[in-house]
Amino acid sequence: MSVKRDSFSVSFTVGLYGSAFGAAGIASHFSVLQTCLLSLLLFSGASQFAVVGVIGAGGSALSAIATSTLLGTRNALYGLRLAPILKMRGLKRLAGAQITIDESTGVCLSQNDEVDQIKGFWYTGIGVYIFWNLFTLLGALGAKAMGNPSAWGLDAAVPAAFLGMLWPRLVDRKARAIAICATLLSLALTPFAPAGVPIITCALLAILFGWRA
Amino acid sequence: MSIFWISVIGSSALAFCLKLFGASVPENWLNHPRVQRINNLIPIALLSALVAVNSLADKTKLVIDNRTAGVAAAIALLIAKAPFPVVVVGAAVTSAVLYRVF
Repeated sequence: MSVKRDSFSVSFTVGLYGSAFGAAGIASHFSVLQTCLLSLLLFSGASQFAVVGVIGAGGSALSAIATSTLLGTRNALYGLRLAPILKMRGLKRLAGAQITIDESTGVCLSQNDEVDQIKGFWYTGIGVYIFWNLFTLLGALGAKAMGNPSAWGLDAAVPAAFLGMLWPRLVDRKARAIAICATLLSLALTPFAPAGVPIITCALLAILFGWRA
Repeated sequence: MSIFWISVIGSSALAFCLKLFGASVPENWLNHPRVQRINNLIPIALLSALVAVNSLADKTKLVIDNRTAGVAAAIALLIAKAPFPVVVVGAAVTSAVLYRVF
């Protein structure tokens, strides 16, 4: 497959999910503007869902920011991995940093030579940016027009979207074990800790499970 | 400033800092296997907790409601290897039907 076609198909498919995020933002009582700004400025799917998921569950701004930021640490490691390939400087580095996400990294690293890798990164990053933001707006406007989010099941669409992002990562025993522990720990803490805290506490499990190979 | 604006601006600013940090530091800084392992596990731990809390918690109470049923439908669809949009819409439809019936 050509790098252009690769980039486009990933951009469009992933961009479509932006409508689920747009709807999730409205379901968690963010405004259309705030929902769209998350896609424009934060631009990292799981982190965006985390912001609206934590606030929607009644968590504090601090819990939302912390959870979202921890989910964004992988983008830093992507940037590290990509730096020797992309060799970005100045303004280009700022733009490239903003579009360093799962998809642009994935398409870049799956190309065979360096020219295609660089093209794959920029085409996919820019493509996802355009479609993700477009569909966020459409999803948010659509959800706004529907009214009561619960009557349309949007409150269940948020955890379902998290589950859809989680599922492909459950590839080995360790992954499944940490998923079960995080589920139990977050539910066990729910009656005692302020909303949002049970979620962020589960990051400790990643340190515990990841300390040894 | 509302909790919504603080979370939008705060999370966006930090997300960009992380992205720029990765693109700017020398490669050997974060190349430790332990850092890589923990980094791979963070999304699994946090996403699992987000699924649990968003389907079974109502503020500080544990509940089973229409969202729980929607997530159960999502699990069934994922086991059946349904694509992401089908999973999300399936969960929403299940939850909406139960919400309207009860």
